[in-house]
Amino acid sequence: MISDKIYERLTGEKGYFDSRIIYVSETGPKVDKKKRLAVMDQDGYGVKYLTLGNELVLTPRFSPTSQQVTYMSYFKNLPRVYLLNIETGIQDLVGDFPGMTFAPRFSPDGKKIIMSFAQEGNSDIYTMDIKTRVVEKLTDHPSIDTSPSYSPDGSYITFNSDRSGFQQIYTMKSDGTNVKRISFGEGLYGTPVWSPRGDLIAFTKLYRNKFYIGVMRSDGSGERLLTENYYQEAPSWAPNGRVLVFYRETASDSSGRGGGAKLWSIDLTGYNERLIQTPTDASDPSWSGLLSGK
Amino acid sequence: MLFKNLNKVALALVMTLFLGACATQQATTTTTTKGDDAYTGTETVKFLADGVPDRVFFSTNKSELTSAATTTLGKQATYLKANPTLNVVLEGHADERGTREYNLALGERRATAAKNYLISNGVAANRIKVLSYGKEKPANPASNVLAWSQNRRTVTVKTN
Repeated sequence: MISDKIYERLTGEKGYFDSRIIYVSETGPKVDKKKRLAVMDQDGYGVKYLTLGNELVLTPRFSPTSQQVTYMSYFKNLPRVYLLNIETGIQDLVGDFPGMTFAPRFSPDGKKIIMSFAQEGNSDIYTMDIKTRVVEKLTDHPSIDTSPSYSPDGSYITFNSDRSGFQQIYTMKSDGTNVKRISFGEGLYGTPVWSPRGDLIAFTKLYRNKFYIGVMRSDGSGERLLTENYYQEAPSWAPNGRVLVFYRETASDSSGRGGGAKLWSIDLTGYNERLIQTPTDASDPSWSGLLSGK
Repeated sequence: MLFKNLNKVALALVMTLFLGACATQQATTTTTTKGDDAYTGTETVKFLADGVPDRVFFSTNKSELTSAATTTLGKQATYLKANPTLNVVLEGHADERGTREYNLALGERRATAAKNYLISNGVAANRIKVLSYGKEKPANPASNVLAWSQNRRTVTVKTN
């Protein structure tokens, strides 16, 4: 794509224009929002809806290697992780779990889905191999372990746990060993997501009743907050690791009106914060890989 | 005269700053520390039967049952034992001041706490299902401390 070539010439970095964003379109009143999966080009053009809105859908994530997405749906009032091919429309339940599965993401090779499974008040992290359907349990702790994300080489996982008493960010090897807490600042930390370059982890932070999107190195050092607001969360990296997309929600008034979610992007530098126009309110954005391959 | 007015303005400004500081302090306490800020009122509450409230409330980021919650769940257990053909789903919820995925887990933990209390009070486990909505279905859509406290809840819903 020409724009990617220009970006590369100007910045010395790979571009990201030839990519898409999947997100959740939101309409209706706050107490009963209608949510649909939607996909668009990274600049906000060409929106296509993938579900009808009959059931609640949350947290779609692109496969880094194919036109598949994994997401959570309340189909038949059973909150479960699904796999959807956005070209064919073919949809599959991921795994045969007796309770809620949520917070799915692909492994960097696209072969596994990593997610949380909640049972008896305890959420742990599991993987499922998409082809063989083999399920592996990676954490075994009575706390909430969720929001897992692989390092780009697949050898580590970052996740969110409240095992210290409050939500903090941890890393572990991809076999579940060597668990290490990496966030030690004041406040709560959530939704860690590993940069496609491997050096940084982006996260959401709640501190003194404000929400921040920030980045830190994968050992927890060098924490840098990029943006502060009333509510924002769920950063997702552009394929070149230079830009983050996330959603921001405004407060509603005392009668419940006026609040709404929008997609925003921001450069890793903390500059160039930008609203991505969408036809409806929007949340839970996830960036695809480059469409033309590497 | 002018100076008098200026003084008043200055005083008002100081008061505003002071109150502002207090409000910030309070908000911090309710979202990041172990406060006991579970809702204790009756707004939003419905009834499964006469005198049997349908929901219990939780403190921020907590899933421990308060004494008000165990009183309510005790009444629910008595009601369910008197109506042995009734089944219920316990819907667990969180307020909007948290990340979506963590809130899903928190809703499940809250609903399970209520479920375990009903079971320990003699309700058969196979009559109770748990369903977490995280922050997706607020009872009160406002963005303020009162609404958040009303939204940190587990609601018992009859399924038959």
